[in-house]
Amino acid sequence: MTVFATLLDILSWLLLSVGGLFVFVGGIGALRMPDLYTRMHAASVTDSIAPILIIAGIMLQAGLTLASIKLVAILLFLLLTGPTASNALASAALLAGYRPGNAKPLDEEARQ
Amino acid sequence: MIVVFGVFLLTLLLITAFAIVRTPNLFVAVMLTGIFSLLLASNFFLLDAADVALTEAAVGAGISTVLFLGALALTAERETAPSSNRLIALLAVSVMVVAIIYATFDKPRFADPDAPVHRHVAPWYLEKTPDAIDIPNVVTAVLGSFRGYDTLGEVFVVYTAGIGVLFLLGKSTARRQEDLDDAPRGLRHYLIPRVVGRMLIPFILLFGLYVQFHGDYGPGGGFQAGALIAASIILYALLEGENRALRVLPRGLLTGLIAGGALLYGAVGVAGMLLGGKFLDYSLLADNPVSGQHVGILLIEAGVGITVTGVLLSIFHAFAARGRF
Repeated sequence: MTVFATLLDILSWLLLSVGGLFVFVGGIGALRMPDLYTRMHAASVTDSIAPILIIAGIMLQAGLTLASIKLVAILLFLLLTGPTASNALASAALLAGYRPGNAKPLDEEARQ
Repeated sequence: MIVVFGVFLLTLLLITAFAIVRTPNLFVAVMLTGIFSLLLASNFFLLDAADVALTEAAVGAGISTVLFLGALALTAERETAPSSNRLIALLAVSVMVVAIIYATFDKPRFADPDAPVHRHVAPWYLEKTPDAIDIPNVVTAVLGSFRGYDTLGEVFVVYTAGIGVLFLLGKSTARRQEDLDDAPRGLRHYLIPRVVGRMLIPFILLFGLYVQFHGDYGPGGGFQAGALIAASIILYALLEGENRALRVLPRGLLTGLIAGGALLYGAVGVAGMLLGGKFLDYSLLADNPVSGQHVGILLIEAGVGITVTGVLLSIFHAFAARGRF
């Protein structure tokens, strides 16, 4: 039983670390990418995979409890709202006149 | 570990605060205040203040941001250059900061069990709650019953704020109502946010009711639930246009909710007096004192939730009727 528990711990640790790595990569992408859409791309894609991994990792820690069911609800909420927010942001940016492929930094663009 | 995480969050909080002060773009400042509230909520949660964290997240990060955006739609997006003497402002702020830092030297250490706050009435509340009120969430017991007067005061603060905003902003709404009735409003032509939003609204409402009625057992209560329920209606207004939201909950009804919730709270207090007890004494509301406390807390929490929902929605509609969303 303890071996099984240790394996679960290792798996949960792996999931949490990889999820954290995705958040980190998304953060770097959001800072370093050249224009608005590529920045959003970096942040939104990693923001979809990271919650899956992180919440799966936490669920392995929580076991079969009420907490796990709540975590599933949170995950569903995040998976629904995250991509929707990215879509809304991108379409709003397009409507506001930002064109993809514009390599100028956002701050300069905003000043014009 | 918790201390490290707390310091990390507080550092982020400071950075966000500086960014809010420094940015000339008010839209960015509004978004940053949302992040500020979320960080603050995480901090409260770290300190085991789950009820406060829930309020801060729902009101600070959620509703306030929408209200700020509503206010922003009425003004310009960029901050105007300050014209007055900034040196005096700097001096005043510096004096205040030094005074506040000096005051913190007298504060007890973090989590000190001998701190005055832990030796005054808090042990008594912790000891008496299981016998006298018998609900697991001591915060709700303190807020609803032991310190019911304070909460009544808070409800009337919310009530006064709502009435004040309606006096300031509510006047022009009737005139603009007719000529906007048929205009396409909200996000009706954005398909994806609309579909997902419509799907989520019932669940947000359900969660609001859960927070309202689960307040005796876990974090939550009328303030948080009111904010959540108002948030779901505001989401509906943003997706489908303000007029459709007003068709569900008309302005008159909202005004009724503002007054009704506060009245319900006061009526529970008066009911205690009529039954021969003191004002806000719930013990006489049922056959035995403990169930009386349960009934009283349920009713006053409902009153709080109703007033908060009404006030937040009224403020939102007051701003929205003037802006363009």
